[in-house]
Amino acid sequence: MPYTPDKPKLAESSDELRARIPGWGADLDPKDRPSVPKERFDPNLNGAHWEFPDRQPEKWPRERSIEHKFLTPVFGTSCPPKGLSGMIRRYSYRRYSEGRAAHWLLLLAADRVDAVESTVGSFLSRHPDNPLTETGVLSEFSHHGLASRLRGRRVDRVHHPLDPIIVAAPWVLAGGVAYLTLRRVVGRRRS
Amino acid sequence: MRAMVYRGPYRLRVEEKDRPVIEHPNDAIVRVTRAAICGSDLHLYHGMMPDTRVGMTFGHEFIGVIDEVGPSVRNVKPGDRVMVPFNVYCGSCFFCARGLFSNCHNVNPNATAVGGIYGYSHTCGGYDGGQAEYVRVPFADVGPSPIPEWMDDDDAVLLTDALATGYFGAQLGDIVEGDVVVVFGAGPVGLYAAKSAWLMGAGRVIVIDHLDYRLEKAASFAHAETYNFAEYDDIVVQMKKITDHLGADVAIDAVGAEADGNFLQHVTAAKLKLQGGSPVALNWAIDSVRKGGTVSVLGAYGPMFSAVKFGDALNKGLTLRMNQCPVKRQWPRLFEHIRNGYLKPSDIVTHRIPLEHIAEAYHIFSAKLDGCIKPLIIPNAA
Repeated sequence: MPYTPDKPKLAESSDELRARIPGWGADLDPKDRPSVPKERFDPNLNGAHWEFPDRQPEKWPRERSIEHKFLTPVFGTSCPPKGLSGMIRRYSYRRYSEGRAAHWLLLLAADRVDAVESTVGSFLSRHPDNPLTETGVLSEFSHHGLASRLRGRRVDRVHHPLDPIIVAAPWVLAGGVAYLTLRRVVGRRRS
Repeated sequence: MRAMVYRGPYRLRVEEKDRPVIEHPNDAIVRVTRAAICGSDLHLYHGMMPDTRVGMTFGHEFIGVIDEVGPSVRNVKPGDRVMVPFNVYCGSCFFCARGLFSNCHNVNPNATAVGGIYGYSHTCGGYDGGQAEYVRVPFADVGPSPIPEWMDDDDAVLLTDALATGYFGAQLGDIVEGDVVVVFGAGPVGLYAAKSAWLMGAGRVIVIDHLDYRLEKAASFAHAETYNFAEYDDIVVQMKKITDHLGADVAIDAVGAEADGNFLQHVTAAKLKLQGGSPVALNWAIDSVRKGGTVSVLGAYGPMFSAVKFGDALNKGLTLRMNQCPVKRQWPRLFEHIRNGYLKPSDIVTHRIPLEHIAEAYHIFSAKLDGCIKPLIIPNAA
């Protein structure tokens, strides 16, 4: 009880816990744990045979945080920035530090633009996006979708209906815009 | 090669992609034999992590066989069966030299606040991940380690993040003998954190979640006392009641950015992306732990601000400890614990799904269908 000096008694003693739970107390000594102390200086321990690594060739201007002194010697080369989303991303990295909300909000906005650009682009390719297969929603039928969602008192049921809206909204919006555009074009030709 | 490719929020597919190539003298190319989907992959999948680009391959939990090495690689060779920590790290920067591998400063040009992580957006360096047939592994002399002969692949792949992170989180709690430890979240990392708390001498381990099947696993796998927060008007009050109103000595947040339990927090973070994460579990941890106690944060949060109850943490004199796990530091001791039979990581694996069906795997894991706790991905070339 917090109103008196002593700690509440535990239901089981250490000996009882050691007998019941495999490995109980194997790391009992707080000083003898792999992450203690937090910082342990030993530059020779890690397999590195360099003080500063060789530099990876930069094949295109690699965007970087302005909090870095220079481009890191090694970096990922997945998905170079492209299109409008790439312009937003480059601007965000060039203009704002990681400490600014604008940096992250622009990157999130670029992600949404990227998704639209890529989806539209996919319809001009041999591999158009297919929301039915790409969302994995068919597993609802093969992996007890309804029963899983109804079982127990899971609290996420209340926002499950938002997921299909989030997924479908851009498609419905794009379909609506395409329909209106087509109707206008056809209307003009007829008149 | 075949690889998982992100197509936008809630959408991904498997497609043909160029096999990765050596881009740096200390690179290796690994043929992936097992990968996993991590709970934190769901933050990418749901479009929460800034700078997640269409076309990226996710996956930071994987093992495989070395297929090719760069000219300066000395410690591994083609044909070696290796496990690869989720951290991309150089081994020589200020932080790596001090054992903080997850905070490496030489591998992530996109951000200084986080190190490199395979397949985890450009915010974490822009590296493609291991949910593919092949993956580029930088600093092959530093990160990958041979898998011990006696260890099976399912256990090995779980050591590359989930088990190491859970074990690390229990250490961040500074648990001493007889401590009461409460773990929020009965997902893979929460289960491993609960199990690890016993190794450090906890006197009582409590696990909180809202999914009954996961709480059942917490009771059987981690010997934990369990509570379903959906059954209580206020789980913090319940935690006080069961600890004689003192609170737990240590609280561990093993949920992170998409925590449920508060509709407004969840929707503003996970659906509207207006917060870096939904800090429901973190706030419960702050309020459930006793004054002067320790909160260990393992759940992943985005780089944006989150509505954390910092005043309570201050007024209670709490110690808040957190980091991405420096995985390789944990391995020697975890190998011992597995060998001694104290830990069997693969006991929590519920699904093994071919790479070609990874879109379904993400949906099942995300929607918590079919009793899913931990899905493994088996590439075609495995």
